[in-house]
Amino acid sequence: MTETMVPVGGPEASARRIGVYVCHCGGNISDYVDVEKVIADIRGAGDVVVAKTAMFTCSDATQQEIVADIQANELDGLVVASCSPKLHTYTFRGVAARAGLNPYEYTQVNIREQCSWVHTDDTQAATAKATALVNAGIGRTRHTTPLVPLVVETLPHTLVIGGGIAGLRAAIGLADIGLKVTLVERELALGGWVKDLGTMYPHNRNGRELIDSLIAGVKRRPAITVLTGAEVVGKAGSFGNYRMSVRIGDPGSASIEVAVGSVVVATGFDAYAPADGEFGFGLDGVVTLPDFKAMVDSATGPLMWKGRKVRSVAYVYCVGSRGTGGCAGQACSRYCCAATVQTAVQLSGLDPAIGQYHLYRDMRTYGKFEPLYTEARKAGSVFLKFDNDMPPAVETRPDGRLTVTVTDLLTERTELAIPVDLVVLVTAMAPRANDELVKVLKLPAGADGFFNEIHPKLRPVETVVDGVLIAGACQGPKTSSESVASGLAAVTQSAAVLKKGYTELDPLVALVVPEACTACGDCLTACPYDAIAMTQEGDRHWAVISAAGCKGCGGCVPMCPESAIDLLGYTDAEVTSMIESLAEVPA
Amino acid sequence: MTAPVATEPRASADTFVPKILVFSTNNISDPGIDLAGSAHMHYSPGVRVIGLPCTSGVRPSWILHALESGFDGVFVASDGDECAYLHDCAKRSSRIMSLAQTAMRERGIDAGRLRMAAICSVCSEPFTKHVVGFAAALVPLGPVMATKAAAGTGAQA
Ligand SMILES: Cc1cc2nc3c(=O)[nH]c(=O)nc-3n(C[C@H](O)[C@H](O)[C@H](O)COP(=O)(O)OP(=O)(O)OC[C@H]3O[C@@H](n4cnc5c(N)ncnc54)[C@H](O)[C@@H]3O)c2cc1C
Repeated sequence: MTETMVPVGGPEASARRIGVYVCHCGGNISDYVDVEKVIADIRGAGDVVVAKTAMFTCSDATQQEIVADIQANELDGLVVASCSPKLHTYTFRGVAARAGLNPYEYTQVNIREQCSWVHTDDTQAATAKATALVNAGIGRTRHTTPLVPLVVETLPHTLVIGGGIAGLRAAIGLADIGLKVTLVERELALGGWVKDLGTMYPHNRNGRELIDSLIAGVKRRPAITVLTGAEVVGKAGSFGNYRMSVRIGDPGSASIEVAVGSVVVATGFDAYAPADGEFGFGLDGVVTLPDFKAMVDSATGPLMWKGRKVRSVAYVYCVGSRGTGGCAGQACSRYCCAATVQTAVQLSGLDPAIGQYHLYRDMRTYGKFEPLYTEARKAGSVFLKFDNDMPPAVETRPDGRLTVTVTDLLTERTELAIPVDLVVLVTAMAPRANDELVKVLKLPAGADGFFNEIHPKLRPVETVVDGVLIAGACQGPKTSSESVASGLAAVTQSAAVLKKGYTELDPLVALVVPEACTACGDCLTACPYDAIAMTQEGDRHWAVISAAGCKGCGGCVPMCPESAIDLLGYTDAEVTSMIESLAEVPA
Repeated sequence: MTAPVATEPRASADTFVPKILVFSTNNISDPGIDLAGSAHMHYSPGVRVIGLPCTSGVRPSWILHALESGFDGVFVASDGDECAYLHDCAKRSSRIMSLAQTAMRERGIDAGRLRMAAICSVCSEPFTKHVVGFAAALVPLGPVMATKAAAGTGAQA
């Protein structure tokens, strides 16, 4: 493995042989952009050797034609002007590779989403803009150099952090796919929140039993090593071969080293802790949903509170979520409407006479959980809808019982004062405090404190740290089945990189031009991934960027007072030439 | 009366279509801009986009170069707090903006020709509103080349 990546000597910019393909997209582009005029107007300067339009550039036939053109004309650059680069960048990188052209000598130009579709009312202007965009693509391609992905070996071993339902299921999945697993759990017991739950929605399965069956599955698999009462305290090495330090026992205890190819973070969530006085929190008889659920789970008949039978309960929903009562949490916590309604049904079963009042903002027993809501209503639960401008108030009456006052939107905004024995605050999922882990793994956390994936739809368990995956409720509020699903996605993603035994890293990383570097050190603090270091040869000092550690964000580029850093794929020369072409008004 | 140093004169423009360079981010704001196209929203053909991994990587010199190459405005479509690379991306991007604006003022270019806003991956409508509003705000300023000449500053980046 080499640590620096030097472009492998591209031909002189003036001597390029570039092929340009402008796509009709079956009319999606050519109905609004005169694609033939684009071809006629592009600024070739002699280095555009092939320029064609195609009905569908991404079709097999056109792909084959491009391969043939590249080979017959010895092209050393390729420009495809069609749709968004999100759709076919890998398609055309593949076309280039099949023709023997370095995939990084190809530039995608977006003339559909960012041109034809937004200028459907002005063909002339859309055509002129498309021409400028294609010229910018040609300009950029003149400055490209062949790049080779960094190949790194990967160890067939995954570290799973967090032994909740997501981490346990992921550990089993990883072992079954043939990988070694080390599972690190901070607590002494495995199972996270679910181990403490009785009846769960849907299907009324018991949480403790679910966890017991997963733990039995873990024990049956010798490929899994479990470390409890343990925490990850250090990470060294790079993607494919991370050397993780795991401390077993209290701070100060010894740590062991585990070498792994990937890491799955499944550290879960914490329950939102209401502030003193928030919806009566702190008053006798005001409890949170997790505490109340534990009471109901352990009851065998009517609930008791301080020696007295509980005759009525009021639930206040969305505490700590959706900005309720001015709280900071903005997201919907997903699990809580269904969990509360399920708990209410469970309680009606134990005590059919109990009065239950649900003070909610919107009832989100989505998807397959909806029948639970009907079931709760049939069992006698009353639902009252409040507006966030008029949140409910909780007070203690002189006789010691509680009163909740609510303005019900469903009965012409009638103000109701309901005397109850217990008030349950339906608390949100909050991010778990994990500062040390965040620091060790460089985990990207969002403004809400949960961990961020690269892309919620397309790359839902990968982080920008290569080989570090996230799963379960540490990503944001999730039900247990959603947590398990993301745990299994992390299994697939780990297997995809570890089973081959090697992986390729994107070569679009930052480079220091040593001659321009004055070793001022400004860039050293610019990289949160510690990819930049100083090196020296004799008296000369300069900064180097580790290709394996660089995430390719370019954040260090403007921090260099000497402009000595370039991001490959977005070099100063490439961007400058694009700016100049885009500024032109083509004929 | 003291004349302000190097301010742009107001230009009248009847058919002036401002050219705006947008810096977007590959994972977040560019998909938002794509979505405006998928929804067939409309904005001026003077708007042209360059995608980068992250707006914390924009060189201030690129902004100046755009304004001195014929763009009338530069819009940085940043990730706000959503950046997957850098937790302090918003702070870094703001620093780049103020460096660029300082350099613009020195060259007599109205600082209002540079704008930044966070555009999320589904922010098609906010993006469209931003660039339509920006274009309208650039019309009274007139073409950047003409005003630069009038202000008598020809400094090159
Ligand atoms: C009251 C209540 C009722 C619920 N009812 C239901 C229901 O009926 N149905 C349903 O589908 N969902 C329900 N849920 C949601 C369910 O609990 C979650 O979806 C599930 O717990 C998420 O699993 P997880 O593994 O991601 O996280 P967790 O359960 O939080 O597990 C995370 C584990 O990681 C460990 N950990 C944390 N940090 C570290 C670290 N740094 N190092 C090592 N280990 C660490 C923790 O100790 C914990 O064991 C309910 C939740 C609550 C609060």
